[in-house]
Amino acid sequence: MNEYAIKVEGLTKRFGDFTAVDAITFNVSKGEIFGFLGANGAGKTTAMRMLIGLSKPTEGTGYVAGFDIRTEAEKIKKGIGYMSQKFSLYNDLTVKENIRFYGGIYGLSKKQITKKTTEIMEELGLFEVAKKPVAALPLGWKQRLAFAVSMVHDPEIVFLDEPTGGVDPHVRRQFWETIYQQADAGRTIFVTTHYMDEAEYCDRVSIMVAGKVEALDSPDNLKNQYDSETMDEVFLKLAR
Amino acid sequence: MSAITAAHISKSFGEVRALQDVSLSVEHGELFGLIGPDGAGKSTLFRILTTLLLADEGEASVAGHPVVKEYKKIRRKVGYMPGKFSLYQDLSVQENLTFFATIFGTTIEANYELIQDIYVQIEPFKTRLAGKLSGGMKQKLALCCALIHKPEVLFLDEPTTGVDAVSRKEFWEMLQRLKEKGIAILVSTPYMDEAELCDRIALIQHGKILQTDSPARLRTSYTHPLYAVKAADTYRLLKGLREAIYTRSVLPFGGFLHLSTRDIMDPEQIKNDLDRKGFSNIEIKKIEATVEDVFLELSETDELKTATR
Repeated sequence: MNEYAIKVEGLTKRFGDFTAVDAITFNVSKGEIFGFLGANGAGKTTAMRMLIGLSKPTEGTGYVAGFDIRTEAEKIKKGIGYMSQKFSLYNDLTVKENIRFYGGIYGLSKKQITKKTTEIMEELGLFEVAKKPVAALPLGWKQRLAFAVSMVHDPEIVFLDEPTGGVDPHVRRQFWETIYQQADAGRTIFVTTHYMDEAEYCDRVSIMVAGKVEALDSPDNLKNQYDSETMDEVFLKLAR
Repeated sequence: MSAITAAHISKSFGEVRALQDVSLSVEHGELFGLIGPDGAGKSTLFRILTTLLLADEGEASVAGHPVVKEYKKIRRKVGYMPGKFSLYQDLSVQENLTFFATIFGTTIEANYELIQDIYVQIEPFKTRLAGKLSGGMKQKLALCCALIHKPEVLFLDEPTTGVDAVSRKEFWEMLQRLKEKGIAILVSTPYMDEAELCDRIALIQHGKILQTDSPARLRTSYTHPLYAVKAADTYRLLKGLREAIYTRSVLPFGGFLHLSTRDIMDPEQIKNDLDRKGFSNIEIKKIEATVEDVFLELSETDELKTATR
């Protein structure tokens, strides 16, 4: 049994003579909420692209959901959930159609799709708007739907790339509660955010600076270590 | 005369009521924040005030000119940084700046003093194409371009969205310096912590202004007892506190939960209750409300209800 959802060693990505990701090493345990932070341009996106099978590392090894990121990229894509800040929902499809579409993409049977659709609609309370195009939904609901859809194939790990940019403070909190729920049920959550208060909601947080992981620990330990009151202060001390 | 006045502005797009009876004023040398989530109507208000969109109802004036009758005069006197990056991606940093200076009949040199602080940070990259800049640098260039004609009034629509915490802090420091030069600044942001850095703020949601005041006065308008609570398992604590009879509301705030109670309580009392319920590593303290507490208190919780109404 593999106890880690992600296991990365010396992971490096170079573009020409520019090293975007510089030998990063870390593990993420199953059921953990792992915050992946860094300033713009620190290499977060490049690192994440390697983890989700979209980009091949120049050096180093990595396993995600038990698959080798160098040789099993396709299996990783099928085995993980991914949600980006641009929510990859189809705006002119209805709520129901979006769920069915993604169910189909991930190879669920018709029966599974029907079951999953009911489950998601029930959980999110979306029956009222089931036949509305997604475009008509408020941002916060699109976000919850996008999150649900990213887990339609029941992946053991979900990658959330700045999932809460610009959303209402209430909605942001509701969203984090669903994250807690999922983690509580054993799903691993890998999340990037620019909201430093959200960093505090994570079990552990890594902070990337110029391609390297400069700090990695629980928010409490990081605050102690950097003699700071908040994660915002920690971040400023490290990244500035 | 205020730098910006808006009186009873309403605007609808089909059935969507983007702005409903919005009024505000911004003084010269004031940094005024429009604080609210995406879809609150912030950008619509900006577009009306910058003369790019007509309101259905209400009146507004900017730099002493009414927005409809004298829109051309306003356009010479305001700087506008839209939410979407709107510079020429295939022009270099310097070319973009020269372009905007020329359009306004001035030169980079003539107003260099105003942008110097900001421009020196991107000057090392002045030959780089704007499209190839990082998020933080794009934002600085956009601000320079909005300032190059020495505007009286500056409109910044979500300048820090998607920008990391370090660049955000630097950006706000720049705004403080600009304000001291007498420029009126209307800035919108979805980040509640940035509200604290404004002289006055208006909280906006679903096209309506919930309240306008200084951050300090807004904070003290929150009258319920408020405590910051923490324990080993945050999620379980959240669920536990939600069921407690003394709880009015409980919401996550970074490492702590903010617990608002029906009556004033001794923190020890709450601690004892949590002890009894089996929580460990309990920390609790009485706190003052933040702007975000106030926003959460005033705003509606259910987006879907509001949208389908």
